[in-house]
Amino acid sequence: MQSTSRSFKQNAHHALQDATLQRALGNIKTGFQEKRRQVIEALPEFEALRDTGRDIKNHTLANLDFYLERFEERVTEAGGVVHWCRTPAEARETILEICKRRNARTVTKGKSMIAEEIGLNEFLEANAIEPVETDLGEYIIQLRHEPPSHIIAPAIHVTREQIADDFRRHHSDLDPNRRLEEPRDFTDEARAKLRDRYFQADVGITGANFLIAETGSTVIVTNEGNGDMTQLLGKAHVVVASLEKVVPTLDDAATILRLLARSATGQEMSVYTTFSTGPRRADDLDGPEEFHVVLLDNGRSAMLGTEFQEMLRCIRCAACMNHCPVYAAVGGHAYGWVYPGPMGAVLTPSLIGVEEAGHLPNASTFCGRCESVCPMRIPLPKMMRHYRTREYERGLAPGTVRVGLSLWSFLATRPSLYRFVTGMAARTLGAFGRRAGRFRSLPMAGGWTGVRDLPAPEGKTFHALWKERQGAERRGNGGTGR
Amino acid sequence: MPGSGPRVGLFVTCLVDLYRPTVGFAAVKLLEDAGCTVEVPATQTCCGQPAYNSGDMADTRAVARGVIDAFEGFDYVVAPSGSCAGMIHEHYPKLFADEPETAQRAQHLAKRTHELVSFLVDVLNVERVDAAYPGTVTYHDSCSGLRELQVKTQPRRLLGSVEGLSLTELPSAEICCGFGGTFCVKYPEISDKMVTEKARDVTATGAGTLLAGDLGCLLNMSGKLSRLGAETKVRHVAEVLAGMADGPAIGEPGKD
Repeated sequence: MQSTSRSFKQNAHHALQDATLQRALGNIKTGFQEKRRQVIEALPEFEALRDTGRDIKNHTLANLDFYLERFEERVTEAGGVVHWCRTPAEARETILEICKRRNARTVTKGKSMIAEEIGLNEFLEANAIEPVETDLGEYIIQLRHEPPSHIIAPAIHVTREQIADDFRRHHSDLDPNRRLEEPRDFTDEARAKLRDRYFQADVGITGANFLIAETGSTVIVTNEGNGDMTQLLGKAHVVVASLEKVVPTLDDAATILRLLARSATGQEMSVYTTFSTGPRRADDLDGPEEFHVVLLDNGRSAMLGTEFQEMLRCIRCAACMNHCPVYAAVGGHAYGWVYPGPMGAVLTPSLIGVEEAGHLPNASTFCGRCESVCPMRIPLPKMMRHYRTREYERGLAPGTVRVGLSLWSFLATRPSLYRFVTGMAARTLGAFGRRAGRFRSLPMAGGWTGVRDLPAPEGKTFHALWKERQGAERRGNGGTGR
Repeated sequence: MPGSGPRVGLFVTCLVDLYRPTVGFAAVKLLEDAGCTVEVPATQTCCGQPAYNSGDMADTRAVARGVIDAFEGFDYVVAPSGSCAGMIHEHYPKLFADEPETAQRAQHLAKRTHELVSFLVDVLNVERVDAAYPGTVTYHDSCSGLRELQVKTQPRRLLGSVEGLSLTELPSAEICCGFGGTFCVKYPEISDKMVTEKARDVTATGAGTLLAGDLGCLLNMSGKLSRLGAETKVRHVAEVLAGMADGPAIGEPGKD
C-alpha cells in the first residue's frame, strides 16, 4: 500500500473538516470504550492476565526462530506448506503462484491486515484474479475503493446512510425501495450477495490471529463466520500472517484469546474462533485440498533486539486507537498507511521508515491512555518518544523546533539569565494582557492563539516574588531569616 | 507551622513561575500548613520536558543535571504539577544509562519527588484543608498525574473538605485536553478539536469553576473556554485548597 503519512497534517485537516466522518467517529466511545470497560470490570483477573499475555509474547519473541521452525515442522506434518517471505513482493508472488496453479479466477478473502500491508487486492486484480472481501466492513470499503481506517472495524469511518447508498448503487438488481437502515439489513444483503461467491472461489485467503507452534494450527477470530466460509469452501486455503503471530502452545493462544476480544470489541469471546490445521484429511467432510501459510517478515525481524521489539507483542485488538483522542479526532485514514492510531504510530515508522512516517509518533500528546488499555502492556508512548529521538538525531525534526529548543535549553541551563528573560517576559506580557486577562492573538504564537486565547501572566515571576518575600521576612525578623 | 516537619524543596515549574506565581505561593502555604519547611532553590528552571518530548536527549540531560544539582539534599521535592513531577519521578532515572553516578543521583531524586496534592494526602496524611470556596466546581485529571503518578482520589478528598464547595464530576475527566506540551502548537487543529470537546463537556457540567493540577492543561482549557465565550472560571486546584482563590482566575482581567 502506498503511504500518505508524509501528508499527515493535510490528511488530518481534511478529516477534521469532514462532517460525515466526524459523525461516524462519534460512535467509537459508546461502541468500543464502554463495552470494553464493562466486560473488563466483570473479570477480576484481567490485570494478571495482561501480565501473563505479555510474558508469553516476550518469551516467544526471545525464542522466535525456534517457535517459527517448530511451527513449520508441524504445518508440514499436517500436510501444509509454509512459505517464508522477506518482502511484500515475495508474499504477493507466492500467493499469485498458488492461485495460478489452481487457475483461480476468483478468490474470497477473510479480513487480513497483512493482505493490506502487501497490497494484495490491487496485485491480484492486475493479474486478472478477482478478490472478493467477505468481512462486512471490508466488503463495504471494497465497494467504495477505500483502504480500511481501523484494524478491526475497517469501515468505521462510513455512516449507515453512506453504506445504504453504496449498496443501492452496486446491488442494482435488487428492489430500489428495500429497507437499508439497520446493521442487520446490511448483513443480510451482503450475505446473500456473497453466498455464490464462496462457491465460485478457487482459493480462500485469510489472515491469522495466532500461529500455534506446537500444533501447526492457524487461528482466526471473526463475528460473521465469513472466515470459515472463506477457508473451507475454496480448493486452497492461503493464510497470510506476519511472523510475530506465533505463540508456543494452544494454552498460550487460549490465554491471549481471553484478552483479545475483551480489549477489542468488549466481547468475552468473538462469535467464531476457528483453528485450522493442515488441508482436508481423508475422513473430513469439508475443507480445502491445499493449506498454505505465507509467513511475512517485512521488517519485523529487524525490530528484534531494538527498543521497538516490544511492539511485536501487539495482537491487533485496536484498544489503543479506540481510546486515543487523536485517532478519535482524525480517524484512521489520516495516518496514511495500513496501521493507524498509537500502534500505527510505532509500527508504521518501523515498517516503512521514520523518514516516511515521522509525523505519526509526533502526533501524540503522550496522554498514555493507549498504554493503559493495551492488553499486552506495550509502552507505546515510550516507543513514540524513541522515534522522536531518532528523528532529532537524524536531523529530521523541523528547523524551527531545533532552533527553538536550542535557545530554550541555552536559557534553561543558565539560571541567572533565565530569571532575567522570564522576568521580562512576565512583566511585558503581564502589562499588556492585564486589562483583558488574555490575548486573542500574539506575534509568533499563532499556533496557540489561532485556536484559543492565551491567558495573560500575573505580571511577576514566582522567583522574583519569592525573593521579595524572603527579603521582607529577613527585614521583619531582624535579618535572621527563617 | 513550619519547622517541625520535613524539609521540602519546591519545584515551582516553569509555567507557574512565568504565568501564575499564585499557584507557587498556594503550594508553599499548603506545605507549610502541613508542617513542612519549604525552600525554593534559586537555580531551578524547567524539568526538561520540552526537549525530552521532542527527542532532544542532549538538552534534556543538560537541563535535568541542573535540576538534580538544585534539589540535592531535601527530604522531599514537590511540584504543583503531575507532569513535571512525573518527568522527574518516572523519566529522570532512565536518562543517564551511560553515567552510573548521575543515574544514581537521578534515582535518589526520583524517589523523593512528588506531585503536590498526592504528597499532602499520601505522604503527609493531610485529611482536610482550612479553606472556603462557595460554588460548584468540576475537575479535570491531567494525564501525566493520573497515569504516571496515580493522582485521582487525592484532590477530590481534599476538595471535599473545602467549605461551600460542591464537586460535579466531569464525564470525560480522564481524556486528554489536547495540550500535550509542544503538541498543541505543532498540531493546532487536532489540539483544537480535543480542547473544544473538553470545553463543551466542562460547560455541560454547569460548574462555575474548572480545576486541575497542571498549569499547561489549565492554560489550554482556559484559553478555549474564553475563546468560546464561556463564563467558567479556571483555577489550579492548589489555589482553592490554600484559600488563595480570591484574585482573578486564569485568563480573567486583573484588578486595577
